Amino acid sequence: MTLIDLQRDMRAWLAREDDAAATRLGGEDAAPGLRVHRNNFRASLAACLEESFARTRDWIGDEAFARAVAAHILRVPPSSWTLDAYPRDFPPTLALLYPGDPEVAELAWIDFALGEAFVGPDAAALTAADITEVDWDAAVLHFTPTLDLRDLTTNATAIWSALAEGVEPPGVAYLPEQGAILVWREAETAHFRAIDQIERQALLAARAGLSFADLCAELVDRFGQEDGTSRAGEMLGQWLADRLIVAISHSDDDAPHQ
Amino acid sequence: MIAPFAGFGLGLRKPHYAEFLETKVAVDFVEVISENFMIPGGRPRRILREVRERYPVALHGVSMSIGSADGLDGAYLARLRALIDEIDPLFVSDHLSWSRIDGFNSHDLLPLPYTREALDLVSANVDRAQNALGRAMLVENPSTYIDFAPADTTEWAFLDALCARTGCGLLLDVNNVFVSASNHGFDPIAYLDGLPHARVRQIHLAGHSQGSELLIDTHDQPVPDPVWSLYAHVLPKLGPVATMIERDDAIPPLHELLAELGTARRIARETVRTAA
Repeated sequence: MTLIDLQRDMRAWLAREDDAAATRLGGEDAAPGLRVHRNNFRASLAACLEESFARTRDWIGDEAFARAVAAHILRVPPSSWTLDAYPRDFPPTLALLYPGDPEVAELAWIDFALGEAFVGPDAAALTAADITEVDWDAAVLHFTPTLDLRDLTTNATAIWSALAEGVEPPGVAYLPEQGAILVWREAETAHFRAIDQIERQALLAARAGLSFADLCAELVDRFGQEDGTSRAGEMLGQWLADRLIVAISHSDDDAPHQ
Repeated sequence: MIAPFAGFGLGLRKPHYAEFLETKVAVDFVEVISENFMIPGGRPRRILREVRERYPVALHGVSMSIGSADGLDGAYLARLRALIDEIDPLFVSDHLSWSRIDGFNSHDLLPLPYTREALDLVSANVDRAQNALGRAMLVENPSTYIDFAPADTTEWAFLDALCARTGCGLLLDVNNVFVSASNHGFDPIAYLDGLPHARVRQIHLAGHSQGSELLIDTHDQPVPDPVWSLYAHVLPKLGPVATMIERDDAIPPLHELLAELGTARRIARETVRTAA
């Protein structure tokens, strides 16, 4: 047997307990060792998911979580060099397993995104004092690289917070209209905040490079001069307070103002 | 000529971060798992930078997969090279094993058959890794649970040939020798005597557990007496060598690991005295 065939057989055994592969690898002689590696494989992935999704596990319970982990290992074999990447696809697995309970996948996404933000790239945020000289007619905002967004349909943020504080979580409630969860890290603390669709769209547009003046214009078109300008100002103030903005460049130059 | 580093160290694990950063722990170096620090940002990398200001650091990897039949991951090597350039480690090591094939990563140290084909492949991979990293690496003998008979050679002869072909060094895990010898029925003394001693730059000492059928390299126990005996046997054969206690699970208070390291220091002193 060539080395690559041997390695493909071991992969088949680990990923789906392929008995024919086990026979080719040595049958009964190799069986005890193969079982050690299968246990190592499953245990390391299970431990990774248990550590990464503590609040999700609290919510659905240990037994249901273990079943979800087993299903996920079959559905998504690990591919990255780092185990830290393995949690990424667990929320979609939970969405498949709990199609009628969307808060489960949303809780899992909060667990996952907070972990990702924790080890994401560093970036120093601007404060109000840093933006006194900004030309707002041409300003383009640059956001912290740990910023991440996901659609939100339930009160998963309130459930997550209650579970984290060890208090009785509220019952599941659907939002009146779909919103989003915003996750980011500031200094060494990861944060999240529920936002509405208007802020979600504004953040995505600004992060894609829309100038702040054009963002204001879009909000004025949508909500009128007074309300649109007011909303733009409130959002900018909130983003600064949350320390989401790490640089401002001008649409007519390339160098961000940091 | 600069003498090889020959201090005594510990694996740096999360429960002990604060003690290592807030006090001067009596070690000559610490070893960290490379992959835990290969993302350039966030708290882990900052902690490693602070640790490096206080202690020499060895980088020990678990995901290079030098035995992968479809080659090494170039992006992984680039990340590791960036970490090396920042940390300037004492040693860079990984295992004689494979974990990745066709995009699948087992995150386990899977065994190789000790064949000519495997030797050619591992040698080519180690050559590529050392070129990418800009330095020689150390290769660690694994604990193994499957004996891929018939092999062309023994594990120790395979390591000897690998060192000769690539110029790499060895990280000798004495516990792994004991575990594999127990699982496969070979003589651990013959293994230790057959290694290329001049290539050994670092030693791991650890504990293991009895599984239902095999000994398992769990790193969740103190170093047992048979492993200390093997350490005492091999030490006189080696040149200056770094020694450390490796504990990854059921991690005890730091003073217990330092006591174990004290045993290693005592054995090393007695070995030198006996040799003199």
